[in-house]
Amino acid sequence: MASAVHQDFQYSSPSHQAETAIAGMWLFLTTEVLFFGGLILCWIYARHWNQAGFDAGARETKLWIGTLNLGLLISSSFIYTAGIAFIRVGNTRRLIQCCSLTLLLGLAFLGLKFGLEWHDDFAGHLFPASADFKIAGPEGGGARLFFIFYFISTALHGLHMLIGIGLLIWIIRRARREEFSALYHTPVQVVGLYWSFVDIVWLTLYPLIYLVGRG
Amino acid sequence: MPRTLVKAGEVEGSYLTDGFTLRSWLLTTDHKRIAILYLASITVFFFIGGLAAALVRLNLIVPQGLLGSAEAYNRLFTMHGVVMVWFFLVPAVPVTLGNFLIPLMLGARDLAFPRLNLFSWYLFMLGGAVTLYALFAGGVDTGWTFYTPLSTMYSKGHVVLAAVGIFISGFSSIATGLNFIVSIHRLRAPGLTWYRMPVFLWSLYSLSVLLVLATPVLAITLLLVALERLFHIGVFDPAIGGDPLLFQHLFWFYSHPAVYMMILPGFGVVSEIIPTFSRKRIFGYKFIVWASVAIAVISFFVWGHHMFVAGTSLYSAVLFSILSYLVAVPSAIKVFNWLGTMHKGYIIFDAPMLYALGFIGLFTIGGLTGLWVAALAADVHLTQTYFIVAHFHYIMVGGMVSAFFGGLHFWWPKITGRMYPEMWARMAALVMFIGFNLTFFPQFILGYLGMPRRYFSYAPEFQVLNVLSSAGATILAAAYLLPLAYLLWSLFYGERAPANPWKATGLEWQTPSPPPTVNFIETPHVTQGPYHYPPPERAQPHG
Repeated sequence: MASAVHQDFQYSSPSHQAETAIAGMWLFLTTEVLFFGGLILCWIYARHWNQAGFDAGARETKLWIGTLNLGLLISSSFIYTAGIAFIRVGNTRRLIQCCSLTLLLGLAFLGLKFGLEWHDDFAGHLFPASADFKIAGPEGGGARLFFIFYFISTALHGLHMLIGIGLLIWIIRRARREEFSALYHTPVQVVGLYWSFVDIVWLTLYPLIYLVGRG
Repeated sequence: MPRTLVKAGEVEGSYLTDGFTLRSWLLTTDHKRIAILYLASITVFFFIGGLAAALVRLNLIVPQGLLGSAEAYNRLFTMHGVVMVWFFLVPAVPVTLGNFLIPLMLGARDLAFPRLNLFSWYLFMLGGAVTLYALFAGGVDTGWTFYTPLSTMYSKGHVVLAAVGIFISGFSSIATGLNFIVSIHRLRAPGLTWYRMPVFLWSLYSLSVLLVLATPVLAITLLLVALERLFHIGVFDPAIGGDPLLFQHLFWFYSHPAVYMMILPGFGVVSEIIPTFSRKRIFGYKFIVWASVAIAVISFFVWGHHMFVAGTSLYSAVLFSILSYLVAVPSAIKVFNWLGTMHKGYIIFDAPMLYALGFIGLFTIGGLTGLWVAALAADVHLTQTYFIVAHFHYIMVGGMVSAFFGGLHFWWPKITGRMYPEMWARMAALVMFIGFNLTFFPQFILGYLGMPRRYFSYAPEFQVLNVLSSAGATILAAAYLLPLAYLLWSLFYGERAPANPWKATGLEWQTPSPPPTVNFIETPHVTQGPYHYPPPERAQPHG
């Protein structure tokens, strides 16, 4: 493992293997697009029929947390990509620093999202299955639907973040063992693709949750 | 002429002798061993699903229902559907024959991601275990389609658990499809251009596109159903402005392509068998491969034909009806090309060919009756009757299961290194064909006469046809037990297989039977297209 060349026996060269791994991750992300896409399609469809309720729901969300989290995630992807640039020239120390910073930003996102925002949502009677749901009247049903989508999508996104954080820890551990070099750093690139994708999911959820129907 | 890449005696042992411990099997990353793991697993699932079907047919011998309980009957046909669709029909050919053959046909040493391949088997087993637990610990009474609001509100079964099991096994499908697509793109041997690939690879490629794009939609749909059932509130609940019909759209967006996931690999198998046993090049190669791709694409746009009576708009129904007719065109192209391949060929009626011929006939009947139910007016009469049951069993069982057995016999010498007993195999193919038709042809008539599906009792005038159908099912059951017995027998007592018993072209036949762990000692170089059969030769393919 410590050697710079990484090649399994079904590949003709290390670069053949590296490019294949990256192709595999792109294809996996395609399946993720369909997974989240199904949810988002339902969301837009349900919003179309329950506009007033969804607007009432959107007004209860905390714009500042969502926006701050958006900033955190975009910064984290930027920093991770810088890490990839560093390992391309063989700078493992900088890679570890970038990964660690990405990890911290990811944890900050989760803290804000679930420690603060979800906590407030539950305290503010916004959990759609609770009997004393905050929004009543003709808009109550649509608002409940909005919060069903809100909780499911943020939970799924959070789960993807957790997996991403696990992957970051894995990359940091391997980097500390000096397994990556300018010649071999495929896992760093593959994890980077995944992390950026999770970022893009948030870019899609952010307007759906916080912006549409707020004004 | 095919070149022999590995001479007999040049390699020590095979993938089967490379380790005998349980660990060497359960932690293997060899695509050939994983194919064997899958083969054992899906055989178990096949017989569990078959047992449920047997009990369903047993119940329907008498009009008032022999089991005496509609509840039990609902759970039985749900078990049959769930196990057969997700744990046999969708995975069967890809994970066994596909896993074994894709690297061999590519001239590669393994799939692109061998560890992912093993992981997908563990996911499959975990999903299967959870689903079976749900089905045996009380069961599910919704049918395999999990329609809302029955599944989310009224059903008394273990819907959540079954959905979780299918959800997990879905990720196994995604992993397999991903592995196949990437392998076919990246691991083709030097000279193996796309148009030099065997049709089997094109079929598996098209299938994998469906697996990768449609399965995630099923995953999110089942997740929404499970959450709605757990929290008693959700997106399919009309009380708060949700839409139960939305479920049907999402479900069939997956499940109609799923029908083609089941049949596309069957097309691939048959396209390999027919040229080999006709001693002729395949007719219209490019039409066949592009028909597979066309089916994969069009199948994403026909889901609405499952909802003609669900209250969708007439305009969308007309559109879906036309698109459903359209998807029949590439299927028909394939059938005509197979017939063209056999035309003036030197046809050898060995067991794989018998299964392939059965496939063509039964698939054609299933396909043509599909046109009946794609027609709006006819569908209003025929939907939810036994006509539908007969129609899709002609595709699934008559088509797909025949192709699976055909492929299993065709590649059995390669997989195990042993010949199966030819006479027994021919007899099983024949009995299977007879049993199948006796089981399902009466159901066309029953449906046409108006007997609804999914009821545990029926009007007395339908009894004769139902008894015929149940009698056919017993013959079919015997026909399925036959290969189980003689194939197992052949593992120990079968004649040793040469590298190429059928004198077939194709890279997989140019390595010993069974292949060595590395598949090919030297990476093959491909210089010509597939199916370069010499002019008809008057020789037995083996013996």
